[in-house]
Formats: sequence, structure tokens, C-alpha cells
Amino acid sequence: MDTILQQLVNGLSLGSIYALLALGYTMVYGIIKLINFAHGDIYMVGAFWGYYVINQLHFNFWLALISAMIFCGLFGVLVEWLAYRPLRNSPRIAALITAIGVSFLLENGMAYLFTSNVRSFPQVMHVVRYHLGGVSISNIQLLILVVSIVLMVLLQLIVRKTKMGKAMRAVSVDPEAAQLIGINIDHTISFTFALGSALAGAAGVMIGLYYNSIDPLMGMTPGIKAFVAAVLGGIGLIPGAAIGGFVIGLLETIMQALGFSAFKDAAVYAVLIIILLIKPAGILGKKIKEKV
Amino acid sequence: MHRKKFFAALGTIALASTLVLAGCSSSAGSSGNKQTGNTIKLGGNFELSGAAAQYGQAMERGTKLAVEQINKDGGVKVGSKKLKIKLIQKDNKSDNSTVSSVATDLTTKSKVNAVVGPITSGAGLAAIPNYTKAKVPFITPGGTQDSLTLQKSGKVQPYVFRSCFEDSYQGKALAKYAYNTLNAKKVAILADKSTDYAQGLTKAFKAEYKGKVVTTEYYQSGDKDFNTLLTKMKNKGFDAIFVPGYYSEAGLIIKQAREMGISTPILGADGFADPKLAKIAGTNNTTNVYYTTHFDTLANTDAKATNYMKAFKAKYNEDAGTFDALAYDATYMIKDAIESEKSADSTKIADGLAKIKNFKGVTGTITMDKNHNPQKQVIITKVDNGKEVSATAVK
Amino acid sequence: MKKNLKYNLTWLVLMVVGFVLINVLEFGGIIDALGEQTLVTIGINIILATGLNLIIGFSGQFSLGHAGFMAIGAYVCALITTSIATPMGMVIGMIAGAAVSALVALIVGIPTLRLDGDYLAIATMGVAEIIRIILNNLKITNGPAGLYNIPLLATWPVVYIMVCLTTLLIVNLIHSRDGRAIMSVRENEIASESMGVNTTKWKVIAFVVGAATAAIGGALHANYIQTIAPTDFGIMNSINILIIVVLGGIGSITGTFVAAAVLGVLDLVLQNFGTLRMVIYSLALILLMVFKPSGLLGTRELSIRKIFNKFGHSKQKGDA
Repeated sequence: MDTILQQLVNGLSLGSIYALLALGYTMVYGIIKLINFAHGDIYMVGAFWGYYVINQLHFNFWLALISAMIFCGLFGVLVEWLAYRPLRNSPRIAALITAIGVSFLLENGMAYLFTSNVRSFPQVMHVVRYHLGGVSISNIQLLILVVSIVLMVLLQLIVRKTKMGKAMRAVSVDPEAAQLIGINIDHTISFTFALGSALAGAAGVMIGLYYNSIDPLMGMTPGIKAFVAAVLGGIGLIPGAAIGGFVIGLLETIMQALGFSAFKDAAVYAVLIIILLIKPAGILGKKIKEKV
Repeated sequence: MHRKKFFAALGTIALASTLVLAGCSSSAGSSGNKQTGNTIKLGGNFELSGAAAQYGQAMERGTKLAVEQINKDGGVKVGSKKLKIKLIQKDNKSDNSTVSSVATDLTTKSKVNAVVGPITSGAGLAAIPNYTKAKVPFITPGGTQDSLTLQKSGKVQPYVFRSCFEDSYQGKALAKYAYNTLNAKKVAILADKSTDYAQGLTKAFKAEYKGKVVTTEYYQSGDKDFNTLLTKMKNKGFDAIFVPGYYSEAGLIIKQAREMGISTPILGADGFADPKLAKIAGTNNTTNVYYTTHFDTLANTDAKATNYMKAFKAKYNEDAGTFDALAYDATYMIKDAIESEKSADSTKIADGLAKIKNFKGVTGTITMDKNHNPQKQVIITKVDNGKEVSATAVK
Repeated sequence: MKKNLKYNLTWLVLMVVGFVLINVLEFGGIIDALGEQTLVTIGINIILATGLNLIIGFSGQFSLGHAGFMAIGAYVCALITTSIATPMGMVIGMIAGAAVSALVALIVGIPTLRLDGDYLAIATMGVAEIIRIILNNLKITNGPAGLYNIPLLATWPVVYIMVCLTTLLIVNLIHSRDGRAIMSVRENEIASESMGVNTTKWKVIAFVVGAATAAIGGALHANYIQTIAPTDFGIMNSINILIIVVLGGIGSITGTFVAAAVLGVLDLVLQNFGTLRMVIYSLALILLMVFKPSGLLGTRELSIRKIFNKFGHSKQKGDA
């Protein structure tokens, strides 16, 4: 029983990381229907930012986290402005290839500047383990869980309660109509990128701290997994991304606990395909009726 | 009707092409690349970008350092002349098609006399046909797969050499060490399922180990979270964990195992032997960890390894690791082969490499066996608090 | 009908001429071993990319799983040719590989092709990953080490012939009545369905044909490089094939040829740039997409028919 509970905790902490990354994917997709392949790499940039500010400028964890969010937010806006905005009216697949190009550029640019070596992330927080019954959880795991949930709630508030959030929702439903009622599309899209990238930056710093290892290619696999999580939950929906992330985290944990660790990724994709076949728009997604 | 004609047309082209094909079969036998001018051309088939870039870049650094030192010392003595080495390196982006094309490029365009790289066994296999066609020998510093140096018939590949251990050799040594020296009668194995290196080690270890393997779990390269697997293994009652894999994941496994309260010895192969292991795991966690080392600074009084580590640190401002040292030795092995054969022609270098005996490298004293595997002692070091505290040679 | 045959024959003649020309250049020493290897790599990429172009460009279905079908072809063919190491074995291997791949495509295609757009992309990516993971864990495929000592049967003439065959097959399919049905699905699914086109059927057919050609590409790859491992067929490989298709122009077979050639040569040149290689490549990719979003050729095709018509037209003018 204890082992099962412990595995649940393991699964949730893994899932919260996927969820945090999936949020960025989902928001960008929701607003401009672009699979932002470079999202995982922004998370890598966030981790490297944390590495440098802690090592060079001796920031504490919270300062590093917030500065990484600001930096990645601005960085995301810059990427959108340089690479995606010129393609706004082009075929979507061209924008997708550009996103892949940006992803390659970030990965290899960082590898060129800082070598491909794995680096150890400065341990700014001492690891403390809490034992509740037979279940043990570290302070960093708790931190990740709490910060992720707080950020998700904040995001939901921004999208639901603020004027900008309203604009975001409007643009995602119908960009032209949104423009007609006076919404500045460019600003809204920039804002979306800033939010999504800031979340990725936060994830980068937290993962760096948690696993203590960062490298230029670290964003590749989690990026794809997070995208799967976003689709699983219903792409474009913030609660969907969160659910998708937790489902994948738990699923991977269950597969490993049952002794099928070699097939854990296969199981994730199999579940994804099955869910898409039953509910083509994901767990929370609603199928929009096609109009002729 | 239309389809019939279409297929008839396809038939015609197939026939026509076969006829043309019969007319020309290009098989110009190469006699290897002769050494010309005042330089020896050394090729570098390096993984500088892509998934294996981390290891490929280390290989580049080791090779460059060796070439620089050889040239500074006057070069390679061929007969009465001293020749300088010119390194011609190309990036294969960790992709087997490109590995193969770089091999052709180096051997036919740049006309190199010998090559260092690629670093992985899979890439090595992709490169073999083109090196063999051109009769140019290559040394892989990291291709550990047993069958890499063998042809399908079981005969040795004439132009394939390595400076690293083959998997079965090291796996056996580790199994003996675990049972005899660590006195571990029960082990748990946590192996990388996605590399042939880890699979080869696991197989050899299991075959040799006299105790009981209580559980075998698998992970994939690039995994970061091992809590689930470790939680599952935790109560299986083992005396040691054997982790065949590379330091990027092994560091995380050590960290997470220690944080979870698993304090048994953790045993690894030379994939562990990198200063980054202790950095990723955290120095306090890197206690009671054992692995194969290539720098036997503790077991050996020979200053070679120490000098290398100093020179490496001075040039690159980082600590030396496994792959750079193996690439460094590979370069010096080529120098040794040239000097003993008194020729830098590619076929002669291959002869020389096959005959290497008691070569003093930074990673140990090497003698090539008949299958082009370097025979050197497996030295296992114990690490406490991130520092090597003792080293034992496995018999 | 007869007209199509005329164009096909013209192409055939051109292909034979091209083959002879390249062989002459090779004898003359103008194309060396590296040149030949580059041509082979480009050829294999053309086969892979034309198949994907059929799926993406002509039937309008976004597939990100091409490497999975390539893997099936590569493994099936490699297993067959290692036991039958003759050209006949190669032929059997390619046919078997294409058949298995087509069968898998049929099984996964029927349910998944109901999905649209990006959902289909991610589902097909999932299928390819599942295939790769299975290959990584099977005994017969030798796990992560993969298969090696595969005989060299995909020599350059074999690759050249296969490029011609697969291209002819796909181009003729596109220009047939069936091809128009496939393209109608791309243009407007609902409209074509209301015209009586069985859209699911045509989507599946395009998908299956694409998968079969991918398998042939994979088979050639295996028997040229002589070693294959599951890591050769990851998501990034699917993406690389996709890049060729998009860069050339979605829906343009000529574009696919041009893009494969351009990327093949670029790859060769960039080998000398070390770590900077992929940085330059990615910058080139971004700039090309920003300035030419519809690809190098858009949807334009080099068409013998058009040239004939133009030629015939001007001759008529001259007569008059």
C-alpha cells in the first residue's frame, strides 16, 4: 500500500512538470493554431538562465525563478516576432517547419555556445525529505507541485478575469471578428507567447533544481511529451493541459511500476491514440460541428 | 487498359536499366591511401552535433590535444624523417547515413591515412564498409560492442580497431569484482534499454556473475526520473546495484537512490568515469560508488595519466573524462603504429595497429589481441564523497 | 490514355538518358565515390519524400510518422537479405517490406484517418514511436544494437531504378482518375463526399501507398548503409522527411526532387563546419520558410505535357 502511495506521489510530481510545459503549448495552439515545437527549448533556455544567474549573480531560488520567467517571456515574444509573425498568413505547415527550425537553432546554438556537456545545476536549496507514514516526499517535489498549481490557477485567472484574457479568448475563437471589435491581434498573440514562455522558464529552473542536470538537448523529449499531454487533455484548453500532464505522468509511473518500463512511451502513445479515437478532441475537448 | 500499359512501361524501364547496368560494374580495387608530402593526414569522423554530441565533442578534444602535443614534440618519426600530423575533421551529426558519407569523404577526397571516430558502435558499423573499401584503418574510442571488430564470418575486420574495452570483457570483470571484492551475493540491475553498450554489459555480467540477480529494471537514455524504478526495487533485498549506462543518467540514479535512502554500493562501468558524474549526483551522494576507471592514478605510479589530466585541464579548463582520454590514446596508437612500421601508408598503419604491444597510454598499457581488442587491465575505483579513494585491478 | 503513355515513354527515355549520363560522368571521374554516395542518399530521400508528399500534399492528410514505415521496410528487407544475399533477395525484401508496411498502414490508417489536421499528425507520430519501441525490444530485431552485416545490395543503379519506379507510380496515380479523387479530399472533404467520393477510402489508399514507398526507401537505406538500429527511425527522422516535402513545396513532386538535392548538397558542405553545422542549417531553414513560405517551387511541376503542348503550339504558329 505504501509503495502504491509512494508511486502515486512520484507520478504526480512527474506529471506536474509535463503539465506546466503543456500549458504553454496549449495556449499558443489555442490562439494561432501553431504547434510551437520550440517550446521545449524555451524551457531549456530557462534552465540555463537559472544556472547562470545563480552561479554568476548569486541569485536565490525565488529570484532565479522570477527572473527566468521574465527572461523567457521576453524571449518568447522575440521568437514570435522574428520567426512566426512573418508567417501568420502563410500555410500552417510552413509555420510548423519554422518552429522546428527555431527549435534546432536554440538547441544547436546553445550547444555551440556552451558545449553539449551536461552541467550540474547549482543546488540553492537543501534537500529535505518528509515522511508521512510510509510515503516520503522531498521539499523540492512539494515545491514543484505547489508552484505548478499556483501558476496554473494564476493563468486561469488571467485568462478568465482580465481584459487581456478576454481578448485572448476572442482571438482564439475568431481572429477577424476580434480585430473588428478593436482587439489588437499582434499584442494579444505576443502576450500569449509571453505567458506560455514564462511558464516554460519556470519549469526549466524547477527541473534544473530537481534533477540537478541540464544540457542543450534537455527540452526535446519533455517538449514532445508535453505536446502529447496537451493534445490528450484537449488542445487549447488550460485545464485540459493540466489533466493531460498528470495523466501522462501517472501512466508512465504505472507502466514502470508494473515492470513494463521499456514500453512506457509506447503506452503513452497507445493511450493517446485510443483517446483520440473515442474523443477526437481530447479528454476535455468539445468537437465543433463542421459547417459547410 | 491504361494500367496494363503503365506496368508494361515499368517493365521496359526495369529491363533497359538492367541492360545498362550489366555494361558497367565499377569495382576499382583500392590499395589504400599512401602518405605524401611532409604531413600525415589524420581524419576525424566526429559526432559534433546531434544526440551523441556530448561524447563526440570529448573525442574531438582528446584527439586535438594529442595531435597538438605530437606536433610540438617534432612530429612522427617515419624512417629518418619527422612528419607532422594534419587533422582533417568533419561532423557526422550523430546520424548513420552521414557517418558513412563522412567516411567516404575522408578516405577518398581528403585521402587521410588513418581515422579516429566515430564514437558509438552503431555509427562504427555504418562506417566500416567505406573505410574497408578504401583500406584506411580507424580507431573508435567508444564502440564497445563485441561484434564490431568482427566480420559476419567471425574473421576479424582488417581496418577496425578500438581503444576501449569490449563489452563482454568489462562486463565479466565487473561481475567478478561484484562477487569477489564487493562480496555482493545478490545484485539488482538497472540498465539502459536503449543502448547496445548497456545491453552488452548486462548480458556479459549476468553470464559471469555467480550470485543471484534479484531484479532487472530498464530505463531509456535521456530519462530523468528514476524514482518509480528505485521505489520498486528498494525492498528487493540486494547487496549492490549494477548500473550499466552513461554518467548523464547514472548521476541522476545515484542522486535519487541516495535521497531515497538506498545506501548499498552502486557499481558501474567506464560510462561512469567522468567528473560530471559526481557533479550531477552531488558530492555527498557519490559515496560507496564503484566504477571502471581509465586513469589509474592511484594504482599506478606512472605519471602519464596525471600529466594528461593536467594538460587537458590547462587547454580546455575542464576535467578530463573517459572519451577524451580514449581518443587521445587512439591518436598516439596511430603514431606508434606508424613509427613501428616506418610508414604512414594506410595499409601499413593497419598492420602496425594490429601488432601493438605494451603500448603505454594514459588509459593503461595496451596490447592488441587478434580481434583488435585492446587488452588492458580493468581497474575499478571506489568513490566516496565524490573523490576516488582506492583502486583495484581486477584479475 | 494514349497521351499518358506518350508522356510516360518520354520520361522513360529521359530517365535512361540520365542514367547513362551519370554513369559516363562516373567513368570520366567527374562523379567520384563521394558524389555517388551523395546521389544515393538524395535518391533515398526522394523516395521517402515523394511518398510523404502524396499523403500530405495530395490527399491533405498531415502524417508525422513516415520514419515508422521506413523502419518496417528497412527491418523486413534487412532480415530477408541477410539470409538471401542476392539481388533476388533484395527484390523479395523490398516487396515484403512494402507489403508489411502497407498492411500496418491499412490497420492504423482506417481508424486514425478519421482524425483531422494536427490530431492526425500526433496520432501518426505515436504510431511511428510505437513501431520504434517494439523494434527496440524484439529479439529478432536484435534490440537497440540493431541489425548489421547487411549485404550491400542497394547499389547506386538499384537506387536510381527505384527512384524512377516509385516516382512514375506516384505521378501516374496523381494524374489518374483515382488521383483526382484523392486531391478532391484535400480540397474539400465535405464537397467531395457529397459528390459521391468515398473520402475515407481515398485517404487510406494515399496513406497506404505512401507507407509502401517509405518502406522501399527504408529497405534501400538498410542495404546501402548496411546497418540499422531503432534510433535511425525516431521522430527527428520523420521531421527531416517532412522538411524536404515542405521545403520543396507541398504538392509538387518536382519540388521534392529539388529540395532533396539541395538539402543533400547542403549537408555535404556543412560537414566541415563542426558544431556550427546545425546552427547554419536551422538558420537556413527559418529564412527559407520566412521568405518562401510555400516552398522552393510552390505547387509548380516540371511537366512534359506542358512542354509538349507549348512546343506543339509554337509549331502550329510557325505553320500558320
